[in-house]
Amino acid sequence: MQKRFDGGTEVKRWLAGGSVLVVLALVGALASPYLISLLTIVLLFTFLGQSWNLMLGIGGQLSIGHALFVGLGAYSVAVLDVKYGVSPWIGLLLGMVIAGSAGAVLAWLSFRFEVRGIYFALLTIAAAEFARIMFGGWEFVGAMQGLFFPAPTGAIDISMLRGDARFYYFMALALAALGIVGTEMISRSYFGYVWRAMRDDEQAARSLGVRAFRHKILVIAISAATAAAGGGILALVQGSIFPDSIMGMGLSVDVLIGPVVGGLGTTFGPLVGSLAAIPLNHLMSALGDSLRIPGLNSIAYGVVLVLVVWFLPDGIWPAIVRICKTVQLPSRLWLPQPRKAEE
Amino acid sequence: MLSLWLNVLASGILLGLVYGLVALGLTIIFGVMRVVNFAHGEMVVFGVYIGYWAVRLWDVPIIVAAAIAAVVMFIFGYFLEALLVKRFVNRPHHYQFIVFIGLSLLFSGALLVAFGPDPRPTASQLSFHTVSLGFVTLDMARLQAAATAGLLITLLGAYLKFSSFGRSLRAAADNRLGGLVVGLNIPRIYAVTFGIGAACAGVAGALISPLFDAQPYLAVDFTLLAFMTVIVGGLGSFSGALLGGLMIGVAEAIAALMFAPSMKTALPYALLILVLIFRPRGFFGAKEI
Repeated sequence: MQKRFDGGTEVKRWLAGGSVLVVLALVGALASPYLISLLTIVLLFTFLGQSWNLMLGIGGQLSIGHALFVGLGAYSVAVLDVKYGVSPWIGLLLGMVIAGSAGAVLAWLSFRFEVRGIYFALLTIAAAEFARIMFGGWEFVGAMQGLFFPAPTGAIDISMLRGDARFYYFMALALAALGIVGTEMISRSYFGYVWRAMRDDEQAARSLGVRAFRHKILVIAISAATAAAGGGILALVQGSIFPDSIMGMGLSVDVLIGPVVGGLGTTFGPLVGSLAAIPLNHLMSALGDSLRIPGLNSIAYGVVLVLVVWFLPDGIWPAIVRICKTVQLPSRLWLPQPRKAEE
Repeated sequence: MLSLWLNVLASGILLGLVYGLVALGLTIIFGVMRVVNFAHGEMVVFGVYIGYWAVRLWDVPIIVAAAIAAVVMFIFGYFLEALLVKRFVNRPHHYQFIVFIGLSLLFSGALLVAFGPDPRPTASQLSFHTVSLGFVTLDMARLQAAATAGLLITLLGAYLKFSSFGRSLRAAADNRLGGLVVGLNIPRIYAVTFGIGAACAGVAGALISPLFDAQPYLAVDFTLLAFMTVIVGGLGSFSGALLGGLMIGVAEAIAALMFAPSMKTALPYALLILVLIFRPRGFFGAKEI
């Protein structure tokens, strides 16, 4: 972890992150539709990555079935909107409640009998796959044929969250910024300290009076609820949902790639990781299509994952921070550095 | 009606034996190295392709194809461990998971590049031969696959139990540091273990090549299936893998009979969730992981 009260580094980190967001906002105003739709996905997966990051990076619980929560959020929004014309805002809230409860129940069931670590991770996959198959056989939610939102007219309607690609881009940007600020705030709050203590040594945290059982349930419920919010917006952006794509293993993997490549447990890691990985995936997909070689993107993704874990086990963002630390802020150049007595 | 149920149960049990072999590969790797091979399904699919090509190119029996798969996949697993996996053995579980997810994407991408997305049926006459045993009629492909898998599981179990290498392997699984202290060649044991695990997956893949068309997308299903099997039986347990395989095979067969085709794969997951909740370490699972 970074030092907490190191003013210079802190400012530089926020400057770097903030300037990335400003650049992204400018891009949204100027860029081509293709770039905008690509970046929308990047930003949505930044947010989803943050929610996953919260669970493993701060809470210490590995989830490989985050698609379950994403899918529950997406289905809540889609079913209410497509079937009953209810505003997605309500769908998002409902999805967060449903996914949060599902996460809490899953966590309660597992931690009650000390299912942890790898077993918990496998339980999340099993739950996600089970849900995917059930939704695929459930006629009411469209079964395998999925659900389609009404075609966009291009007119911006905040209450129904309808609009053009640029509208969704800024929505995703706001969501990503919210995710980043939220993660930072959580990790600096009382809960952040408790959860990290629990992550690093549960026994020690318990002996200091941390009620690990309910804190683990809480962190998983919050992570699940935020994943559902991201899933709801993802459904709106895509305009349609299918159980295999919104609840499949592939989505769970996509969610974790951003934070892993960018930097586990860091605030900006998921953004940096998504910015690196998703365009690469699309690029290799396009290359594969044009060469008529399917599977190139999958190979590229796999190689990147292995190489990152091999050579940059902390991810890209901590590496950037390390480089930035060697650069001094200008103010330090003018003032003579007072030497501390002990040095 | 009764004979239909008996047939379904029998074919579930037969396929369950093969699932047991797949799971055995996973469980040996986990038991010895504490590494979860998330690319196991890809290794099964490698085996299916080896079976397909062996039958197609040389027109050999499936048994011979399985032997080829065993050798090829052992070498593949051995070098994969020696060159890559060993760097991640002592890292936290989530890093291992991510490395193996990366490998699984890499392998399935490679399969897609090499063979394309179209399913390739292995032209084996075995599937059309049947044996009738009173109430039940079984096809030879399934029977042969199950018999070979059962034999291999027994042989492997005996080898690990009685041979000197088996003893050192179990010692390494019990206490890595202790093994190092008494002079076990741990890196070699790990590489061989991974090779054996990959070979189990490959052989199982070759054995079922007459039943499942070779296709890259099969891999995810097999990975999940292997995981379900070992968790139901108990991660790291030998007899657990076998029992888990039989349970999953039977559950799948029953589900295929009782539910709509799209829902049939849900029953094994439901079984798995129930087992995890009520018997978190599986039926034969170790206490401490």
